[in-house]
This record gives sequence, C-alpha cells and structure tokens, in this order.
Amino acid sequence: MASLGSVLLALAFLAAVTAGVVALVWRRDERKLVLSRRIVYLFAALVTACVAIIEIEFLADNFSFKIVQEHSSLETPTFYKVAAMWSSQEGSLLLWALVLAIFSSAALFFTRNKLRQLVPWATGVMMGIAAFFTGLMLFAPGVDPFAKLNPAPSDGIGLNPLLQHPSMMIHPPMLYSGYVALTIPFAFAIGALVTRRVDAEWIRATRKFALIAWTFLGFGLLLGARWSYTELGWGGYWAWDPVENAALMPWLLCTAFLHSIMVQEKRGMLKVWNATLVVASFSMALLGTFLVRSGVLQSIHAFGDSTVGPYILGLIGVVVLGSTALIISRLDELRTPKRIDSLISREAVFLVNNLLLVGLTLVIAWGTFFPLISELFTGSKSSLAAPWFDRYTTPLAILLVLFTGIGPLLAWRRVSWSTARRAFRVPLAAMAIVTVALALFTDAGNKPWALALFAFATFAIVGIGQEFWNGAAGRKRLTGEPMGKALAGIVGRNRRRYGGYIVHVGVAVLLIGIAASSSFQTNRNVELKPGESTVIDGRKVTYVRPTAEVDGLRLSIGAVLRVVEGGKEFTVEPMRNYYRPTGREGVGGIVDYFDGEADSEIGLKAGFGHDFWTANQPNIVGLQRKAKTAEEGFEKCIEAVPGTPKSCKDVRALMIAARANPALQDDALAQIERLQELTAKQIAASYVKEGAPTQFKVIINPLVTWMWIGGLIALAGALIAIWPSRGRRKGALVRTETDALKEAKYREIRDAELDHAAGKLSDEDYALLDAELRKEAVEMLDELERAQNGGGAKVGAEANGHHNGDGNGADPVAELEKVERS
Amino acid sequence: MPLVDPSRKRKIRLVVALSTAVLLAVALIYTSFSASTEAKEPSQILTASPGTTYDMTGRVVKGSIVDNGKEGISFMVVDRTGGGEELPVSYSGTVPDPFRGGREIVLTGSLKGGTFVGEPETLITKCPSKFTTQSNG
Repeated sequence: MASLGSVLLALAFLAAVTAGVVALVWRRDERKLVLSRRIVYLFAALVTACVAIIEIEFLADNFSFKIVQEHSSLETPTFYKVAAMWSSQEGSLLLWALVLAIFSSAALFFTRNKLRQLVPWATGVMMGIAAFFTGLMLFAPGVDPFAKLNPAPSDGIGLNPLLQHPSMMIHPPMLYSGYVALTIPFAFAIGALVTRRVDAEWIRATRKFALIAWTFLGFGLLLGARWSYTELGWGGYWAWDPVENAALMPWLLCTAFLHSIMVQEKRGMLKVWNATLVVASFSMALLGTFLVRSGVLQSIHAFGDSTVGPYILGLIGVVVLGSTALIISRLDELRTPKRIDSLISREAVFLVNNLLLVGLTLVIAWGTFFPLISELFTGSKSSLAAPWFDRYTTPLAILLVLFTGIGPLLAWRRVSWSTARRAFRVPLAAMAIVTVALALFTDAGNKPWALALFAFATFAIVGIGQEFWNGAAGRKRLTGEPMGKALAGIVGRNRRRYGGYIVHVGVAVLLIGIAASSSFQTNRNVELKPGESTVIDGRKVTYVRPTAEVDGLRLSIGAVLRVVEGGKEFTVEPMRNYYRPTGREGVGGIVDYFDGEADSEIGLKAGFGHDFWTANQPNIVGLQRKAKTAEEGFEKCIEAVPGTPKSCKDVRALMIAARANPALQDDALAQIERLQELTAKQIAASYVKEGAPTQFKVIINPLVTWMWIGGLIALAGALIAIWPSRGRRKGALVRTETDALKEAKYREIRDAELDHAAGKLSDEDYALLDAELRKEAVEMLDELERAQNGGGAKVGAEANGHHNGDGNGADPVAELEKVERS
Repeated sequence: MPLVDPSRKRKIRLVVALSTAVLLAVALIYTSFSASTEAKEPSQILTASPGTTYDMTGRVVKGSIVDNGKEGISFMVVDRTGGGEELPVSYSGTVPDPFRGGREIVLTGSLKGGTFVGEPETLITKCPSKFTTQSNG
C-alpha cells in the first residue's frame, strides 16, 4: 500500500505540473484547455486516493506506516484515528493538497464557460501551488506521508489527549480550508493582471471563494477560541499568540477584500487596492502556514522543528515579489479616472472600513513580528504582550463596529443629508438610551472603551434591524405581501446583501461578548479544603468533596463545587486528567500517570448573563509520593520478597514463564498493567479520603456566551450569502460572461429601487441615480450587441468602464429585467 | 460652488491622511520598543542584572518541579537546547495543562536573590508538539 501511495502521489505531482503546463502553453486552444481542466480533476482524484490510503491504514492500525505509528495507537478512539492524519506535518500537507485540489476543480468547473483568456493563467497558478505542496511531500526530507517503519512496532505513540477534543479535530481543517480557498481569488487575480482584463469579471467569478475562505477561517478561529476556553485550564479564548494572529490577519484582510470588491463591481474603482489586498491575503495565509511550522517565533503552538519552513518562505517570496511586479506593470490598466461621489456614501464607508481593517492587520503584524524586528535593531529578541496589542486593537475594533453600523444605512454613490438624518435617527436614539442606561445603572461607566463599544454595537444592531424592517416594508408596498413573507422575500432575493447584514449583527454581538468578558471579568485563585467555602463576587462557593477515578490509562482527580448564586444553587465538577504515555515498549510504573500528558475538564455553568468557569489544580505531590511508595512495593512484589502477598508470587511465576516463552509475554504485561491499575485505584481512593487542599481557578465571565452566539450568527449570515441564488441553481450551466454583466447591472438598478423603497434614497436622489444607471445599462447593452456582431473580445473591460455611446430606441433595461426574471 | 477646487481638496485630504498615518506609525513603533520585554535564555538571565523584567524562554528540568501548595511551584530550567547552568524558578498562579518536566516554557519575571520569580499568570507552556519530527515518548 505504501508503494502504491507513493506512486499515486508522484502521479498527482505530475498531473499538477502537466495541467499547469498544458493550460499555459496551449492557452489559445479550446480543446487543450478542456484537457487541462480534466487533468486538474485527475489531480483531485489522485490526491483523494492518497488520503484514502492513509485513512485506511489509520483505521487498520497499521503501525508499519510512520505517520500512523506516531499519531495513533490501539487505544485511540476511532473518531480520532480518522482525524489523526492532520495532526502530523506530512498529513497536513496532504490535507492542504486535497483541499486545494477540490477548490481548484470547483473553480474551474464553475468558470468553464467564461473568463476564457484568464482561466489558463489561473490554472497555471493553482497548479503551480498544488505542485509545490505535492512536491514538498515527495522531495523534502521527513515529510513523506508514506514513509515506513521497519520493523513495524506493535503499538503507536497515540494522539495527544489534549488534542482529543472534537473541536480540535475540526479546527485545523477549517483553518486549512480557509487558507487554501484564498488561493482561488489569488490565482484569478493573477490571471486578470496578466491578461490585462482587470474589470470586475474575475471578482464575480471568484468572490464566492473569498467568502468561503472567510467563513472557514472565521469558523476555525471560533473553534480554536472555544477549545482554548473549555479545554485548557486557562479560561481565556485569545492570547495574541503568533499562530493565532497568523490566522486572524488573513481573515481581517479577507474581510476588507470582501467589502472593497463590491466597490470595484459596482463602481469600477479600487482596482489596485483589490489586487493588492488579494495578494496580501494569500501571502498572509502562506505566512500563517509557515509560522505554524517554522518555530521562528515563540508561540504556545510550538510544532517542533520543521523541515518545510524554508521552502514555504521561498514560496512566499516568489508570490510577494512576483505579484508586486505584476501589479506595478499593470498600473496603467488598473487606474480609473472615477472618484468617490460623496463622503456620505456606502463606498466611502467601505473605504474607511478597509483602512481600519488594514490598519488593524498592520498593527497585529508589527506586534507579531516584533521579536524579529527588535532583533534586527537591538540584537535581542523582545516580544510584545497582550496589553500592547489590546491598546491598539481596542480603539480600532470599536471604530470598526461603528462603521459596521453606518455602512448599511447609506446607499451607494450619494446620500443627501436629509435622507441620512432620517436613516440615522432611530439607531442614534437607541444608542443614546442604551449608553445613558449603562452608564447610570451598571459599572460600564468606569470603562469608557467598553461603554463606547456597547454604544456603537447598539447603533449597529438597531440600524441593521431598521434596514431589515424598511426593506421588508418597502417590498410589502411594492408587492402587497404580508410582512413575514416580504422579509423572507428581500433576504431570498438579495442573499448577499442581507447575509452580509446578518454577519454585521453577529460581529457586533461577538464584540459585545468580548468587551464585556474582558472588561468586567472576576478572576480568582483560591485554595480550599473539602467542606470549606469562600465568597467570590457575591457567590458562595463550597468545595463539597474531591473525586478520583482510574480508567485504564487515565487517572482523574476531580472536585465537586456547590455554588449559591442569588438564591439559586448549582454544582460544577472540574476535573483534571492525567494520562500514562502510550506507545512504549513494555510497561512503565504507576508514577507514569504523572509523567504523561494532563488536561483539564473545566466546570462550566454557562448562562446568557454570565459564565461561572472553574478549573481545579490538585496538589499532586501527595499522590506522587504515594505512587512512588506503591511502585517500590510493587517492585518488591514482583521480586517476590518474603512477606509479600500470594498474588505477587503468581505474577512472578508468570513473568519467569514469559521470559522463557515469548508467547506468554503479552499476557504477563497485561497482568501487570491490571495490577498497576488496581494499585492506582487504591491511591486515588486514598486521595479522596485524605481531603488535601486544592487550588481552584474561578472566573466569572459576564456575557461571554454572546461571543459564541455572535460568532454563530455571523457564520449563519455568511452561509446565507454563500448559498447560490435561485437563478444560478437552475440555469448555472448556460451562464456566460454577458449574462453575468447584464445581471450585475440589473442588480444595481434593483438595489437602488430597494433603497428608495426603504427610504434610504430620497425621491430626488433616486430619480437621478436611476436615470444614470439606466443610461449605463443601455450603453452596456449596445456595446454587447456590437461585440456580438463584431466578435470583439474586450466586452467586459469596456462595458464596465467609461465611454460615450448613446442609448437608442429599444428598451434594453426591460430586456435586462426579462433576463433576470426568466 | 465649493470654496476649494476639488483637486486641491483631494490633495489636502491626502496630506492629512498621510500625516495621521505617519503619526500613528511613530506611536506604534515608539510604544512597541518601550513596552516590549526582552527574551532571554536561562544562562543569559543568570548573568543579567537582577530586577529587570525578562521573558525567560527555557526548558524545564525533568523531575525538578516541586509543588509548594499556596506558594505555587518551583522548578529548574535550562536553555532550550538543554545545555547551560540550571536556573531556579518560582512561580505562583495558573499552571497550564501541558506544563511538565522537559517542556519548553516562556515565563515573564525577574531575578530576585538568584531565583527567577515569575509574574502570576504569565507562564506559557508550549503545546505538546503536534508536528514534532521525533516522538515525544
């Protein structure tokens, strides 16, 4: 199987190279292009087969595979056997290749009828990167997923128990998928730049992938935070650790990109900016992968010395330098004479939001790489801690929330003061009321930053609520539908816009959770004996009794705490687990329980108001001492020193027999392990009886639940935006570039109509804008018709730019509407 | 009619934006150098000036961890490569799950009377390497 795997991997590498070369060399040959696309599908199939082989070996406990031996064991639960692949470096690379193969195939499938000039270059870029990652596995030392061990050990080392947590198993592939999905917009952007087709067509074709990347990265970040909060006995969810930052930075840039591409789509502006952003996002994603593996920066996520770091750094260098050179050489095409009409317009707000997001990214990047920067200037590595990050990110995040609220209230192009005032009235009033109430009745008044965030978040949430209300009311007026149906109607017809609004609400809610839990948290370390009580933040906390249990490889020391909170009573049971290391030859001693890994199961009482979070840190000195004594007794027993019980003699007899007859060895080892477990159980029981004092970490975390809720709301919004529209689902096969252009223009007209109906555009503004848009549509259709008759290839670029064609008799807008409705 | 012509207005706007950006960048750079703590390995800390705060990055010596109950824990560290003289460390506060002998840690603190005293809640233990090249048995 291993040699089959290696052959498949080598074939996959060849397929990636061939697909890229065929696409680039015969880029004008339609048939060759189809061929190259099919080779990409073949590449996907080959990589899938490689992954399947590895997974089968994991499930079959084939420890002759190095990857299986090092990351799984006989005791590893089946679920984690499946997921253990990506806890290895070579498995991660394989996963990277698989995700890239899937996304590339999907992207090429969806663009098979359009972007004719651009696709060969995009194929080249995607397959170049695919060849890089498959090539790493084939040629770089130490990362061959099909490496064998000879002779094969009888058991594996197993998966670290800390990582045996459902969210830890989904978290890495989520982040990976996010990183990898960014390849697609990047590849198409490069294609657009090379072929000088820098209109919004490549954006329309790939923005779904940017949105998918955003969603995956966001979900990955959220899962990581959740894991940290519930699984590590630390109680925090974010630490500004380099590896965390490495996932946050591409996500922030991707957020900026998703906003600024709308400006390019609608107004044909910000082309240089968008090209730069997509390159930066992708480079940041690569940098994240590099950071995770290089060990260049001190991080909690230390993944050991890696052999692939330098190669990835090389790839980043090529990507950054190559793309920069390309953008500079295309500056003339990218520049547009267009300007933003008004500072009170949606595009202006998008610009501000972009600056804030990029500013945030720059701050985080500076802080993350500061150890390297300071080493360069001062000769010693200095690092920046969380307070430094907080100082800069807090105000930026607060401003972002404000703009999260302002953006949706403004229409494209221009808004008159009177309309703006009307749109802002209710949200501003709500903001004022909430701010005053919070300042008067809570201690939020002492924390100006938190108060500002609550105020702006209220503004954003109420503003977006108003958007939904007005939109539905507008549609109700136009169609006569009841309110509920009208609401569903506006969301269904404009998933992208309303999905985006829902994301805004989610982010505002999430930031409320972060602000409240970080500013108003009570964090205490207490030492209690069983039966003792203490009062923490008005809650009476009693350490009722210790618990202890041994289950095979795990020794758990727990505590039962009773909490009385405002007349209500509940118990929490934090627990600390100690694991014996697996995968060693023979058996170790009882003390091994404290030599292996340990993890916490926190006691958590979550609520909408606040979480009661607790972790225990038992004093294990006594336990270790007892284990050592037991160990000595055990050894004596095995040596059958006079005076030991009879069972000792039996074990000894078995051991002597086993030494002579290897067939009995397993039996003897199992016997010893069972005896050790029994002894460990006695030790655990004596710990409970002894009633030693235990350290507890108690956190009372206000509103932290809203962080998770907000995150889920944002994800739901993103999914709504990703979901294909009805027209696409039905007629996806016949869509061409022309159709896409028509649809985009029509959507703009419809948006304006909706904005007007929702009261966001005054009658006067609307009349002006509508006339302008219709004129543009007429011009565009003329252009298209001429192109179809004349067979020109420059349709896209021209139709989106400025020109002076004049509309003629027929009503192309009605035509457009027909296209849209059919 | 606008008082200033549009191109001039744009120029002013650009200048204002750029100078704000420059000011912010200067503040960022300045604070980062003053707020940062220098990272040192145990062998360097032994010869460093007492009282200065450092980020100590070292490896916990196996079997050196002593639990002092209320007073927290004490242990010895050596350089990450495993060499050099041992530095005694005392720390009270939350001990991360993966903390144990042989692991790499980062701890902020200062040297007091020959012992490196860690500040509470600053102990970071590196995750048991997911991507180690050798087994961690």
